[in-house]
Order: sequence, then structure tokens, then C-alpha cells
Amino acid sequence: MMPASYFEILRALSPEAMLTVTALAALTLDLASLRYADAPVRTRTIGATAVVGLLASIIPLWQQFNAPRTVLLGGTLAVDDLVLFFKLVIVALTLVTVLISMDFDVGRHVGEYFAVMLFGAVGMMLLISAEELLTIFVALELTSISLYILTAFHKGELRSQEAAVKYFMFGAISSAFLLFGLSYVYGVTGTTSLTGIAAAVKANGGMEMSPLLATGLLFTIIGFGFKVAVVPFHLWAPDAYEGAPTPVTAFIATGSKVASFFVLLKVLFIGFAGMEGSAFWGHFTSGWTMLLAVTAALSMVLGNCAAIVQHNVKRMLAYSSIAHAGYIFIGLIAATKMGATSVLFYIIVYALTNLGAFGVVAALSGRAGGDDMQNFNGMAKRAPFLSLLMLIFVLSLAGVPPLGGFFGKFYLFASAVQRDSQSFGLLWLVVLGILMSAVSLYYYLILLKHMYVLDGSSQSPIITPTYLSVALGLVALAVILLGVYPKPILELLNGFGYSSIAGLMR
Amino acid sequence: MQVDWTIYLTFLGVGVILLLPRDSKDVIRWVALLTGAAALLVALKNYFDYNDWVNTEIAAHGALTDGFKQIVNVPWIPALNVNYHLAVDGISFPLIVLNGFVCVTGILFSWNIETRVKEFFAFFLTLIAGVYGVFMSMDLFLLFVFYELAIIPKYFVIAIWGSTRKEYGAMKLVLYSFVGSALVFIGILAVFFNAGGQTFDVLELVKHPLARDVQIWVFPLIFVGFGVLAGMWPFHTWAPTGHVAAPTAASMLLAGVVMKLGSYGCFRGAMLLFPQGLEYWKWWIACLAVIGIVYGAAVALVQKDFKFIIGYSSVSHMGFVLLGLATLNLFGMSGAILQMFSHGIVASLLFAVVGRMVYDRTHTRQLDELGGLAKVIPFACVTFVIGGAASMGLPGFSGFVAEYQILVGAFRMNPVLAIVAGLSIPLTVAYILNANDKVFMDRDQPAGSGHGHSHSGEGEAHPALPPITVPEGVAAIILMALLVIIGVYPSIMLNMIKANVALFLRGAS
Repeated sequence: MMPASYFEILRALSPEAMLTVTALAALTLDLASLRYADAPVRTRTIGATAVVGLLASIIPLWQQFNAPRTVLLGGTLAVDDLVLFFKLVIVALTLVTVLISMDFDVGRHVGEYFAVMLFGAVGMMLLISAEELLTIFVALELTSISLYILTAFHKGELRSQEAAVKYFMFGAISSAFLLFGLSYVYGVTGTTSLTGIAAAVKANGGMEMSPLLATGLLFTIIGFGFKVAVVPFHLWAPDAYEGAPTPVTAFIATGSKVASFFVLLKVLFIGFAGMEGSAFWGHFTSGWTMLLAVTAALSMVLGNCAAIVQHNVKRMLAYSSIAHAGYIFIGLIAATKMGATSVLFYIIVYALTNLGAFGVVAALSGRAGGDDMQNFNGMAKRAPFLSLLMLIFVLSLAGVPPLGGFFGKFYLFASAVQRDSQSFGLLWLVVLGILMSAVSLYYYLILLKHMYVLDGSSQSPIITPTYLSVALGLVALAVILLGVYPKPILELLNGFGYSSIAGLMR
Repeated sequence: MQVDWTIYLTFLGVGVILLLPRDSKDVIRWVALLTGAAALLVALKNYFDYNDWVNTEIAAHGALTDGFKQIVNVPWIPALNVNYHLAVDGISFPLIVLNGFVCVTGILFSWNIETRVKEFFAFFLTLIAGVYGVFMSMDLFLLFVFYELAIIPKYFVIAIWGSTRKEYGAMKLVLYSFVGSALVFIGILAVFFNAGGQTFDVLELVKHPLARDVQIWVFPLIFVGFGVLAGMWPFHTWAPTGHVAAPTAASMLLAGVVMKLGSYGCFRGAMLLFPQGLEYWKWWIACLAVIGIVYGAAVALVQKDFKFIIGYSSVSHMGFVLLGLATLNLFGMSGAILQMFSHGIVASLLFAVVGRMVYDRTHTRQLDELGGLAKVIPFACVTFVIGGAASMGLPGFSGFVAEYQILVGAFRMNPVLAIVAGLSIPLTVAYILNANDKVFMDRDQPAGSGHGHSHSGEGEAHPALPPITVPEGVAAIILMALLVIIGVYPSIMLNMIKANVALFLRGAS
């Protein structure tokens, strides 16, 4: 194990460093000169600082592309093209979230708000490059704690406080589960590095799973299950989504989901390679695919069915995101290269779509008087452009072609069918997923009905800032392009060769 | 211009309409009309070129060797071997032309829409473009994309501009379609991977048929999935409620074209790819079709709402299409394809009479409240009589040519099928004449004097109804002319259909 030079570490982590410095600068700026400024001015100035920092962090990310894979600090952090690409995705998601926040009333602590959001982004980026259990845990905590704080930012509102406490309690418990599971895994294999775990398992005869290791696996998956909100570990999500300030909801639903799924993919595909078991219908054997299959099936059914009866847009989107986590699990269960590509593709589409949807909700709800479905009545006449964008996002979530969500879902399901294309062992999950997508169309259309069909109590047009419309319009354009022309991004994902997901050899 | 320009022109029209200010309603209407007309002209030009080509081929070789006219075939999503493959043959061409005609006349019949004109025509043309795409797609993935593209706009068109439980009707229709397409989706995935994951291309998959047992379980998935949209009994219940709730142009499209998407999908997606599955299931299809035929006609007879009559008659006539397809002989299948065209025109015409000419003027569709309209709007009466005559299969109209052939084909398959299906013809005559009598004729007492007229005054029935407008007249005349042209000169369409069906039958055997 060669000690890496500090210079090398700094070079590899310069994007994260830049964001940390920006966060501190935002705090200082707020404290030093903007304490007594008007709230909108303050929000916009500090938001603009954050935007500059985020844009600047793209430069070092860009420069590191096409370089050979670097492994730092004895294998705890790795940087390669796939990791860089997903860091870029995180930066882009954070950028739009910041833009949404600039148009939002974030309360008195503006500097802290943007600083904590940037810290969260740093956590997510570290999570993406982490390849060792403890680093993963620390990065996950950095992300989560930032999000707990952000959830509570609507200080006057009971809903926000309740959401934050609930989110924090569940998050703490899930961290405990995760740490417990990881400690067992460490105890059995004697290492915390993902590749080391896989090698140790393989050396001990692969599929023969000791009870200790099985416990470790189970608890690790429960821990991650809380983080990505799948049934039965989903209870925090609807409350947190509904109670948090909407830009924060967007951040929880997109950035943190992308990072969590990415690291889950790594843990399962690299660390737990050889412990898949089987989720084929009629041939269940213990292993992580079987565990995921059960949670995926429950999430798709419960998420979609519970979303039907919601009256609050954010809550409905929370249940829909539980269902979507179930769909994504199908790609993980396939446990193939195609499955990995489909998961990576889907989390990008999913994050962009949800970011857009919550962005529109954030932009409209403040001006329409709330985020219940009723508040969106007649929105197509009051804010035609944002309503059109919402139409695109919601239909993409429903999986209607030619939008990104459709192709993403198709690819996920295709990967599961391809896994066993002769006897269709995973077809049961695919059938369930497709039928549940048909159910989901119902509640998505209900939202669109409120916006397009029903008449609102007010007819006055809603004016939103141009930069926000442009940003959300670009997100919508990306969602359309990912569906109409997914070729470049698929080639990019396939072209990375999975240097960091080495366990995928099927 | 190749026929794929119908898709691009229509999308272009959508784009232009979205950019126009929402208050310039007349400009929007004209843009929509010109778009529709341009697409129709492109379709017609290519149709006649293809027709000439078929005739010269037949004159030279006696039959077609390859009915497909390739348009474009480029890789679209290489990771899944999806191609952007458009091609047309003598089965899709009549339907493409049908879509063009229904689009143009639908726009003309929607000339009086005043609320949210911009959104209406944007949704309407998106739907049209999707339908054009389905009829040309030779890649299952692409076909599915266009098919779904045509589903969503229906919801908005019905829910915003419709009437009579519009939100319920719209949601029911969309969910039925979506569940149907979910079945198709599963079927497509199964076919794709079972065939080795190499291609979604229909024309390639046809060359490598799947194992018989796979065909037997995948065939019903795809056939029923598309059959839902074709109004296949017992999955037809979306059709009457959806048709009734929809605004005129949307009912025309739904019954005229969208139901044909279903039957076309059944043919292209299921029958072409699974000859053995078809062989196994054909009696089931034929029986369900016959039940649909008789059931639709019988239920139409007892309806009190004028539009429900036409709605159920669509179920009945679409049953003929499915019956014809299931016969698997030249007569029956050619008749089925022609019936798709013929019923498309008939249904558009009848829905235009009910929705635009009668309902928009009287604001009621209850048979008991209507009456004596022949005196007030004679043109509507003439239109209805001609449409009705074609619907009941009177010689000289397209319906006769189509249904006669289907019945002959069914008779060859099994005489009982033909006899039971034939029972629907007197029923059709009865419900058309009944509707005609109650809506347009004076009944035993002068209309308007009783039966709770809610809108018109005393004595004269509906004295103040506005006259038939020019757009309505033009559109109705176009549709009636088509019925007569196909009726007296069917070979203009039947030649190419027969040549392609013969080709299909040779391939299937």
C-alpha cells in the first residue's frame, strides 16, 4: 500500500474541495455583508455564489476525463470516467436545485441553507467515488445529515419540523442497521474494501453463505433500503417529502437517490458479487437478488397503490418515487452488465424528471397558495409554459413514450427479461412492474387533470423568473432527448467499460 | 415526398400551432387544416403510386413477391438493436389514407370549437401524427412508441372538450388502452429475447418463427393487448363511454382511426409473427368477434342516447374486422382490411352527424327529445341516411363490399359463424332506421309538441337551429363521396389489399 501524495489527493478531489470552499465562502459572505439585506437579494446573491462554485467545479471534473483510473488512499476512493460522469450529474442536479431555491423563501438562514446544500453535494460526490465500507458510511452520513438539516429549514412550519424529526429518526436507525451489517461483513471477511470482500467470499467457496455473512448482507440491504426508501423501509419518505421545503425535497429525491443507488450498485455488484442467490420464479435461493426482489415487488405495489389516494402533490410524488425505487431494483436484480447500464441510465432519467417535477411544484406552489392538488387547478391557463413542462415530467414518470422515462423503464425491464431469456425466470417481476405502471398512469393523469381540465378559483397569470423557466426547460429537453435519442448516453455508459464495477462479468 | 412526410408534416403543424398566440383562433384553425390537407395529399399521391405499382406487378408476374415499399431503415438505439424502420404495404396504405381523411374532416367539423383552440389542435394533430407512425412502423419498438404517443392526447381531448361524464370516459379509455399496451409490451419483450435479442424488426422476426409453445402463450398477449383498442368483446366497454364523452372530432378519430390501430396491431404484431399461435387461437377470436358483432348491434337497438347507438354500432362493426381476420382466407381477410377503411369513414360520418350537426345545435342527444329535424336541417338527415345505408351494408356503398366478403370468408371457415354474424344485419337496419325515424322524421304527433322538449319552442320543432355551415357541408360531402366511390369502384382499394393478403396467406401456410 503506497501512501498517496497529498497533491495527488487534492487533484483528484479538487471538485469536492471547490464546493467546500464555496460553501464556506457563502457562509462568510452572508455573515459579513448581507445580514441586513432584503431577503430576495440575499437569497439571490448567495445562490449566485453557489452557482459560480458549482460551475467552477465542472472544470476540474472535465479535466480529469479520459485519464486512467486512479485509486487513492489504499483503495478507499477511486476516480474514473464513470465516477466523474456521475459526479457531473450530481453537480448538475445541485445546480438546478440551487436555481430553484433562489426563487424560494428559504427563511432567515440563507447562508447556512446554501452551505449545507453544498456540503450535501460534497457528500454525494464522495459517496460516488467511495469503494470502501467505512468511507461509504462516512460519505452517506455527510449526505444524510445535510439533508436532515435542510428538511427542517421551514422553521415556522410544524410540518417541516415533524418531517425533519421523522427523517432524522429513521435515518439514524437505518445508519445503525447499515453499520451493524457492515461490521458483520467485516468480521467475516476481514476487510472493508469492496474488492477484498468479494475475493474473500470467493476464496471461501462463493455461494456457500455463512449465517454471519447472511446477517451482514441482510442488515446492509436494510440500511440501504431505508436510504433509497423502498417498502417496508419507506415510512419516512412521504412525510419528509411533504414537509421539507420543496427545493430540498427535490434534492432528497434526486441527488441523494442518484448517489445512494450508485453506491448500492457498487456494493452489490462488486462487494457482494457471488452472493446473488436467485430471484427466478420458483427457484428462489437466498442471496441479495432474492431480498431485493421481495422489496421491489412490495414497493411497486404499495407505492403505486398508495399514490392513488394522495391529495398533496409532493406526497403523491413521494409514493411514486417509492414505486420507482422498486423499478430500479429490477435492474439490480438482473445482476448483469445490461442491468447495471439500465440502472445507471434510469437513475439519470429519474433524477432529471423528478428534479423538473419538484422544480415546477416549487415555482408554482408558493404563488398558487399551496402544494395540494386543488391549488394546481386551472394551472394550464395561469402558467402555460410550466404546465407544459409538468406534463412532460409527469408523463415521463408514467413511462409514456417518447420520453426518457419510457425508454429507461423499457431498458430496465428488458435487462431483467434478458437475464434468463429462455425460461423467463424474472418475468414475474417485469409483469408486475408493467402492470403497476399502468396503475401509475391513473394518479399521474389525476394531477394533469387538475392542471389541464379543471378550472381554478383564480385566473390570474402566474409569473415566474425567466432563469427558472429556462433551467427547467433545459431539464425537460434533456428528458425528451434521453427518450428520443438515448444512443449517445448509452454508448457513454457502456463505453466506460465498468472499470469501477469490475464484478460484472456476466 | 415519401409517405413518411405525413408524420413529419403533422408534427411540424403541432410545432407551428404551439408557437402561435392563443388568441389568433382562425390562424390556428387554418394552420391545422392546411397541415392535415398537406399530409393527406402526400398520402394520396403515394397511395396512387403504390396502387399503380401493384397493378403493374400483378400484370407482369401474376402476384406480388414483396408487398413492402421501404421508406427508411436506420439504427436508432443500437444498444437494443432498435431501428427506425418505416415501410408501407397494401394493408397500411388504405389506413394511412383513412387517417388523412378523418384528420381533415375532423378539423372541419371542429371549426366551431371556441375554447382553448390552440391546445385542442395541438393535441389533435399529435394524435394524428402518432397514428400515421403506427401504420408505417415495421419495428415493434417503434410501433409501440407511436402507439403510446397516440394514447395520451386522447385523454386531454376528451376530458377538456368532451361532454357527458367526460372525465370518467376519458380515464376509462386511457387506462384500458394502457393496460392493453402493457400486455403488448410484455409480449414484445418476450418475442425479442426469445428470438435471440437481435432485432425488433417485424420483417426480420417473420423469417425466424418462434417455437410453437412460445407462440401459443405470446400470441394472446399481443392480440388481446391490441384487441382492447379494437373494441374486442368483452374488452369493449371503454368504447361506448369514450365515444359518447368525446367531442365530435375525437369521436370521429376514436371510432374512425384509433380502433383501427388496435386491429392493425392485431394483424401486424400478432398474426404476422405467430402463425402457429394464430392457428391455435383462431376459433376463440372468431367466436369472440361474432359475439361482439351481435351483442353490439343488439345493445345499439335499445339505446336511448343517439350517440350511444353509434358507439355500440362501432363495437359491432369492429367485430366484423376481427372475424374477417380470423377466417384466414383471402375473402375474409381482404374484407376485414376494407372494413377497417369503410367503417372508419362510416363511423366518422355518423359521429359527425350526431355530435356536430345534431348535438351542437339541439344540445340533447336523447331520442325522445329529438324529432322532426329533417325539416330543419335536411342536410344532416341526408348525411345520416347515406352513412346509415353504408353501415347496414346496402349495395353501392363501401360497407357492402367489405361485410359481404367477410361473411363469405366466415362461411368458408364455418357456416354457423357466418349465419350468426349475419343476424346482426337486420339488427343494424333496425337501429339505424329507428334512430333515423326518431331523430329526423316526424313521429305520430308533430315533434316538439310533447315529450318534454327542453330547448325548442311550441309547434315547429327546433325552429331556431342554425343552418349547416360550409365546413360541415364540405367535410360531410368528402366522406359520403368516399363511401360511394369505394362502393361502386372497390378495386381502387381492393386490388392492393387482395395482393398483400394473398402474400400473407402464402407466407403463413
